[in-house]
Amino acid sequence: MKIKVLSRDPNQYIRETKSETHKLKRNFDPKLHQFEAAREYVRALNATKLDKVFAKPFIGNLDGHRDSISCISKHPTSLSLLLSGAYNGELRVWDIPQKKCIREIQAHDGVLRGISYTNDGQHFFSIGDDKNIKMWSSQAPLRPEDEEPANTILSKSIISGISHHFTEDKFATCGEVCQLWEESRNSSIKTYEWGVDTLHDVAFNPVQSNLLGACAADRSIILYDIRETKPLRKLVMALKSNKICWNPMEAFNFTVASEDFNLYTFDTRNLKCPVTMHVDHVSAVMSLDYAPTGKEFVTGSYDKTIRIFEVDKVHSREVYHTKRMQRLTSVQWTLDNKYILSASDEMNIRIWKARASEKLGPLKQREKAALNYSEALKDKYAAHPKIKKIAQRRHVPKHVYNAQMEMKTIRKAHRRKDANRKLHSKPGSTKTKPEILKKIVREDA
Amino acid sequence: MEIPEPKPKTKREIRKDNNVKIRQVNEVLTYNVNQKKVLSRYHKKQLLKKTNAAKRVKKGSKIPGRAPVPKGVVKKYDKGDGVSTRGITGIYQKEKWKNKENQFKKATEQSARVEILLSEKGGGIEADEGEKTKDIKQIDIVKNVDVASAAKSFELHLNEFGPYQVKYTRNGKHMLLAGKLGHMASFNWFTKKLACEINVMESIHDICYLHVDTMFACAQKKYLHIYDNTGTELHCLRKISNINKLEFLPYHFLLAAGSDFGKLQWLDVSVGEVVGSVLTKQHGLSTMVQNPYNAVLCTGSTKGDVAMWTPNCQEPVAKLFCHKSPVTAMDIDPSGLYMATAGSDFKVKIWDARNLEKTLQVYKIPYAASNVSFSQTGLMAVSNRQNLDIYRDCCATATRDQYLVHRFKQTITNMKFCPFEDVLGVGTQKGFTSLLIPGAGEANFDALELNPYQYTSQRKEGEVKALLEKIPYEMISLNPSVITEVDVPTMKEQIEMKQKLHFIKPPQIDYKPRNKAKGKGGSVNNARNKKIAQEKVKKDFYQKLSELEEGEKSNEETKKSNVKANNPILQRFL
Repeated sequence: MKIKVLSRDPNQYIRETKSETHKLKRNFDPKLHQFEAAREYVRALNATKLDKVFAKPFIGNLDGHRDSISCISKHPTSLSLLLSGAYNGELRVWDIPQKKCIREIQAHDGVLRGISYTNDGQHFFSIGDDKNIKMWSSQAPLRPEDEEPANTILSKSIISGISHHFTEDKFATCGEVCQLWEESRNSSIKTYEWGVDTLHDVAFNPVQSNLLGACAADRSIILYDIRETKPLRKLVMALKSNKICWNPMEAFNFTVASEDFNLYTFDTRNLKCPVTMHVDHVSAVMSLDYAPTGKEFVTGSYDKTIRIFEVDKVHSREVYHTKRMQRLTSVQWTLDNKYILSASDEMNIRIWKARASEKLGPLKQREKAALNYSEALKDKYAAHPKIKKIAQRRHVPKHVYNAQMEMKTIRKAHRRKDANRKLHSKPGSTKTKPEILKKIVREDA
Repeated sequence: MEIPEPKPKTKREIRKDNNVKIRQVNEVLTYNVNQKKVLSRYHKKQLLKKTNAAKRVKKGSKIPGRAPVPKGVVKKYDKGDGVSTRGITGIYQKEKWKNKENQFKKATEQSARVEILLSEKGGGIEADEGEKTKDIKQIDIVKNVDVASAAKSFELHLNEFGPYQVKYTRNGKHMLLAGKLGHMASFNWFTKKLACEINVMESIHDICYLHVDTMFACAQKKYLHIYDNTGTELHCLRKISNINKLEFLPYHFLLAAGSDFGKLQWLDVSVGEVVGSVLTKQHGLSTMVQNPYNAVLCTGSTKGDVAMWTPNCQEPVAKLFCHKSPVTAMDIDPSGLYMATAGSDFKVKIWDARNLEKTLQVYKIPYAASNVSFSQTGLMAVSNRQNLDIYRDCCATATRDQYLVHRFKQTITNMKFCPFEDVLGVGTQKGFTSLLIPGAGEANFDALELNPYQYTSQRKEGEVKALLEKIPYEMISLNPSVITEVDVPTMKEQIEMKQKLHFIKPPQIDYKPRNKAKGKGGSVNNARNKKIAQEKVKKDFYQKLSELEEGEKSNEETKKSNVKANNPILQRFL
């Protein structure tokens, strides 16, 4: 006869000294983990609620400008530097972590229209309504009185936008025509025209670096290859596009912010149909910027809100607003994928978190694991109505809410009218066009 | 001079030889290739197979791959079939689901793999030849085990306030004793350190620990009382009275109480509210247990049936006829797979607790059992008066003999297996006996779930965590994982919906006449217009309905015609 009885050695289960961590023996037998699904669901619900509790995206603001800010630009390599230009021609360099202005230049007479760092970040360019393109050194002079541009180019035509090449020392400007410049020369090396009156935004592709996109005042979007002598393609939309931005990860995709409150993501290989139409804003979208991951982008609108969209989603995942923030003029997503910078009409630059409830600062390993776990749970149970409702709900200002309701009514009326028209006309004589295609007029090549 | 015998070849040498052979074969093969130049596809395949096999042997001899996990072990951690990708259109989504399923598979395999790290092995008895385990007495067991384990077998003589009831905490660290005549004691039974000992000066009907060992509920003569571990009365709940049975549902923080009048009440102990109350119509409720798998309460009646109750439903969610005589005792095993019921017809029946349609086993015993209790490993203790029998492997398979037998001098009132220990606590008429039952307890606990060695700080932290994870009582149902399933209408619901179509009435419209200029309208006109509008709605509605029905009919007809089309061609000549 052999008898064995459970007899545990407590030393294996109890820590020896207080400085040690607790000994936690695991056994993954499902029998010992009852109600796994229900408990997971409750955890997911709690995680979603906690997300809401910790959603405090506003970090701080940079104030100092004496007029509305027209544009901001981030440094290509340094995370702490930011350039901003105002409507009074003032240009400022900011230290973001210290929230301090470290340089102040009266760069132009009249409005400062655009700023752009060079690809190495040693210099930056500014353009203004005085037709000047000014190149400044990133190194500040010893005395602020000695502030002088490293180079000044006087353009023949009015310039309204600038974008620097991502690998070479070239930059493009737009205005009456699109011009290509070299840093070392005082005259443009190439000029592109396609029968339009003015262009108001231009952007180099960060990956396919010879590709250039521009938005024109005649509601068109034009693509250029700087190795060619003529523009490549042109797409005419129903309403004007305000801003164009290339996806930094998918070289062939770009998004435009349109005057018709929406944004359109295009694939350059098929311009006739946008990949996605991003809706939610209730006024013209003024600016946008992609996250360095290329999976999300931030937009600033005339409706005084900032929204964050996922590239493949129609609706925004986040909306930021404050009582004091006025119409947005420019937004930027920082290169560490953590913060969003926004410039608005009331002379302030605001710093936001890119993920509203993210904990800042270094995380412990266990903390990280717990956050990852709750993230996975939220994803797993996202479709459950209770969780979905909590996760999606966003408070918006009253004027935005009212506008949303109004737009809803208008949309409903349009739909009803279309349905009626179809009902009372000869079968097959009316064609319904998808909403997304209604915004595209034609493509020229 | 003796010639030494050739040594038997070692495994390694044999393998080497094999390798040499394979190499030779390969050489021959390659030679053949060179000779023939042109090989048929079949030969090429064969050749490739052989060379690959040779490569594998070579590799295998040097670096053995990851050892496969035994299939039986993996099955234990398996959570059922995954989602099939068959209906999914779109490559991306399909790939996504495949990856997800692979992840689940990997997780299952990994949890099976780490079983090797479990440090403890369960107890048991191995009888000699010709010996039966049921002949082994408690004294023999005590003699044959180590001192620390022997100390777990003890007896308390409490002559005055019996009969006694016993309950353990879920981690098996603390024990609660209560005599019918008001004596109550809570203590850490490892160290035998007494937490409190009081006399409530009233009769005690049942006792129960709440979510932690510092609080327990006690069903007294009239009301339900809650005490802390110093014996201080925290609450007296007057809305819950005349209680016979208590159960605590730990994941829902519900204290379930069954009253003498057959009323079941669920008290949420985290907020102190009665969240559910059900009349079972079973007067003198004497058997009530919880199913730890789905937190459903099971009550046995004198008519011989067992009903299952949730706080969300006034009717039993399941009811089954178990015995032709009153149900005297019942229990459900901790994994929630088996339910044992005992009746006064001298039978103990084992049921599949998830599929209640048929009995798994029926045991005829020489008495009407007054107590049935399952251990974590599936041992079943059955008792009546002075008899205590313990059965092993009695649920899925039929067993003939008892595993252990014990006879008492006093009547047994109540018994419970201690979780994570090889111990059975028995409350008797005149005290308490702790018996050693080898192989009764789960050997390896999960410290993040239930930890017998937890510190006070861990207990406090665990309490907070558990409260945060409190499952809403609305989610109690027979299937605990219903939350993860897709809500698809059943066949019955579909048929009902179809039948409902015949009885739908046209919608009532709220007709409001437009304000017209003076002299243009008039009540007669208004009434007429209203009627016209209503008639129009009615007409449209019936037209739509008839279209729907016609559509269905035509569907059926097309189905029939398809069937016809499948008939053999020559049928028309028959």
